[in-house]
Amino acid sequence: MEKQELPDEIAFNVIQGRVEAEDEGVDEGLEGQPAVTELVHQALEQGLNPKSIVLEGLTKAMDEVGEKFEKGEYLIPDMLASAECVGAAMDILTPHLLKAGVESKGKFVIATVAGDLHDIGKNIVAIMLKGAGYEIIDLGADVPSGRIIDAVKEHQAPFLGLSALLTTTMRVMGDVIDKLKDEGMRDKVKVFIGGAPTSPEFADQIGANAHCADAFQAIDILKTMAI
Amino acid sequence: MNESFREGVLVKPYERLNQEQIEQLNSASLQILADPGVWCYNERAADLFKAHGASVSEEPQTQGVCWRVSFPPGLVTEAVAQAPSRIVMGARNPQNKLVLDAQVPRVYFGSGSEANVWIETQMREFVSVEEPQLKRQIPSFTEVRGNSTLLCRAAKLCERLDHLDFFIRPLNIQDPDVTSDNHDVNKFFASLNNITKHVQAGLTSLDRLGDVVRMAEIIAGGPEELRANPIISFIACVFKSPLQMVDETVEKVFGIVDVGLPVVISSSPQGGSSAPIQEAGMVAQINAEILVGITLTQLIKPGSPVLYGSVPVRARLDDLHDLYGCPEFNQYNIDCVQMARFYDVPSYSSAGVGDAKIPGMQAIYEKLFTHLYIALSGAQYIHYAFGLLDRTNSFCPLQAVLDNEQIGKIKHCLRAPKVDGSAVDDTLKMVKKVMASPYRLYARHARKAMHAGDISDPYRFEAKGLEDKVLENALVYMNQLEAEPAPHLDQKTVDRIFDEIPGLLPGLRQSAGLGS
Repeated sequence: MEKQELPDEIAFNVIQGRVEAEDEGVDEGLEGQPAVTELVHQALEQGLNPKSIVLEGLTKAMDEVGEKFEKGEYLIPDMLASAECVGAAMDILTPHLLKAGVESKGKFVIATVAGDLHDIGKNIVAIMLKGAGYEIIDLGADVPSGRIIDAVKEHQAPFLGLSALLTTTMRVMGDVIDKLKDEGMRDKVKVFIGGAPTSPEFADQIGANAHCADAFQAIDILKTMAI
Repeated sequence: MNESFREGVLVKPYERLNQEQIEQLNSASLQILADPGVWCYNERAADLFKAHGASVSEEPQTQGVCWRVSFPPGLVTEAVAQAPSRIVMGARNPQNKLVLDAQVPRVYFGSGSEANVWIETQMREFVSVEEPQLKRQIPSFTEVRGNSTLLCRAAKLCERLDHLDFFIRPLNIQDPDVTSDNHDVNKFFASLNNITKHVQAGLTSLDRLGDVVRMAEIIAGGPEELRANPIISFIACVFKSPLQMVDETVEKVFGIVDVGLPVVISSSPQGGSSAPIQEAGMVAQINAEILVGITLTQLIKPGSPVLYGSVPVRARLDDLHDLYGCPEFNQYNIDCVQMARFYDVPSYSSAGVGDAKIPGMQAIYEKLFTHLYIALSGAQYIHYAFGLLDRTNSFCPLQAVLDNEQIGKIKHCLRAPKVDGSAVDDTLKMVKKVMASPYRLYARHARKAMHAGDISDPYRFEAKGLEDKVLENALVYMNQLEAEPAPHLDQKTVDRIFDEIPGLLPGLRQSAGLGS
C-alpha cells in the first residue's frame, strides 16, 4: 500500500472496528486483510509521522464514528470496537509520540471500589477514554482504597474514576475521597464517579468532582477540564 | 424463474392435540356430518351434494326451503383431499406475495375485519389540580363512522406497517353514496389503490363479483396474469352455526370458485351459544362446518384454492358477547390449526382481538395473549391481528401501529434458532479471543449480528423516565408513517378502471404522480 494511503486505510479500519487482520468488520469480507494493528506498524515502518497517524487516521475516524452514533447508525458495540482500535494503535504509537515530545491527554486512574466485583461499566469507560486519547491506568475490580491512592500518587494522575454497582459499596467512593484529603492530594486530582446506584446528588454529597451517567458524558466532562 | 415472497416467520409449531385426539375430532366431525348432518338452505349445493352421494331430504321449515344433508364420510374425506395444500396469494408488488403451504408452518399476520367505527386519537394536555405546574399529555379518543376515505387511510398506513403481511379491509365503508350495489367495487378499489400487499375481503353482492374481478385483472395485467398472481381473494362465511348453510353465501362460493380465485371458507361459532363451549365439542362442530364448505368448493371445481378458515370464539357468560382474549380462544384456535394441517389445507386463523375499547394496557394484554399463541401454532394466515378494538367493532390506526411493534417482536422471538456447526465454531473462536483480551467484553462481537438485524431493538415506544409514554410515542410514529406517500396505481390504470367499472366514488380517483 502507498504511504499516503495508509492514514485513510487506518481510519477506515477504525470505523470498521477491526483491531487485527483476523477481525471482521461492519462490512462483509474484510477478514484476513490488514487491520489497525498491522497498518499502524506498516505506517511507522514507512516513516510516517506518528502525530499525523493520530490526527489523520485515528482522530478523523473517531469523529466519523461519533457522527454515526449520533445518527443512530452505530450503537455501543460499534463505538467500543472503534475505541479498542484506537487504544491498540495508541499502545504502538505512544513510545514514538513521547520521543517526538507529544504527550497523552492525561493519565486516568480507574477502578471499581473495594467489595464490588462489577467491572463491565468501568471497562467500557476505560476503553472509550483510551480511544479518546487518555492514558488509562486500570486497577481492575474490588480494589482496596489504599491501592487506589497509591496509584494516583505513583502516576501523578490528574484524573481518577471510581465505579460501583452496589448500594453497599458506593459509600466506599466517599472513603477514597476522604483518604485523598488525608494525604493532601485532593486538589491535585479530579474525581469522577459512576455506576447504576450513583447520582449527581451523591457525587456532591461525597465531594466528587463529577458524576458520569456513561462513558460519553465522562469524555464530555473531561473536555471541560483540560489540564 | 425465482419467485420472491414475504418472509413471514417459520415457526416450530406448538401443538395441543396428539395424533389420537386429532383423529378422534376428525371422526366426531364426520359423525356429526352423517347424523344429524347439516341444514342447507341452498338448492344448488343440496343437489350437488346429492349428486355425489349425500343423502338429501327436504326439511319442513316455517320460513323458506331447507334440505337436510347427511354426508357419507368418504364423500367429505375424498373431496377435502383434492384441495391444494399450497396456495400463492398474489400482490401488486410481487415481493409482497405470500406462499401458504399447509405442511410448512410459515406464519403471516394481517388485518381484519370490517369494523364500523374508526377511533381517532389526540393527545391533550392536562394540569394537576393539586400541583398546577404538573402537566401531563393524556390521549383522548373520538369515534368516527367508517367511510371510504378512512379505508384508504387504513390501507395506506398498513402499507407502511412492516410486519403486516396481508390486508383485509379493517373498516366498513358507510359513505352516503355507497349502496349494496357499489359497496364491493369501492371497498376493493380503495384498498388496491393504497396498498401493494395482498387484498382480501368478503363479497357484499354476487352481482358485482365480475366487476371486482375485472378491476383486479386490469391491475394485474390481464385474466391469466391475475390467476398467476391473485392480488385479491375472498372470504365466505358459509355457515350460520350451528350447522346451517346460508343460501346467499353458498351462492357466492359458487361464483368465487368459478372465477378461479382463492377463497377462505370461514366459520365463527361461539362456544356456549352456537357451539359447545367445551374444547372437544367446539372443535368437532366448527371442523365439521369448515369441512363441508371445503367439500363444496372441491365438488364445484376440484383443486380450487381454498383456506381452512376457523374463527372459533367463546361466549362471555355474563352477557353472551364474544370473548376473544381468553385461554379458551387460544385452545380452540390452536386445535383448528392442527386440524387444518391434518387435512393438508392452509390455515386461516385469528389473533389480536380483545374486549378493550381503547389502546392501553388491557388491549396489550388481550392481544399479546393471542398474537403469541396463535403464531406459535404455525397458522399460515392470521387475520384480525392489527388495530381492532371493542372485539371487532372498532379499528384504531394507533392500535395498528402498536400491534405492528408487538407482532414484530413475536416474529423475532419465534425465529428458528441459529445453532449449527458454524455457529459453534464461531463461538469457540470468540470465547478464546475475548478471554485473551484485557477487558473480557463481548460487546464488539455483537456487531455482525446487530447489523444483520439478528438482534432485536428495544421497545420502540419506551419512555426513559418515571412515566408511560407508549401512546404518545406511538402517535408520533404513526404520524410519520402517515406522512409517507400512498402507493397509488398509475393514472392510466386508474382511468381505465373508472372507465370500465361503474359505481366508483369520484373521491377515490387518485393516482400516482409522474415518475412515481
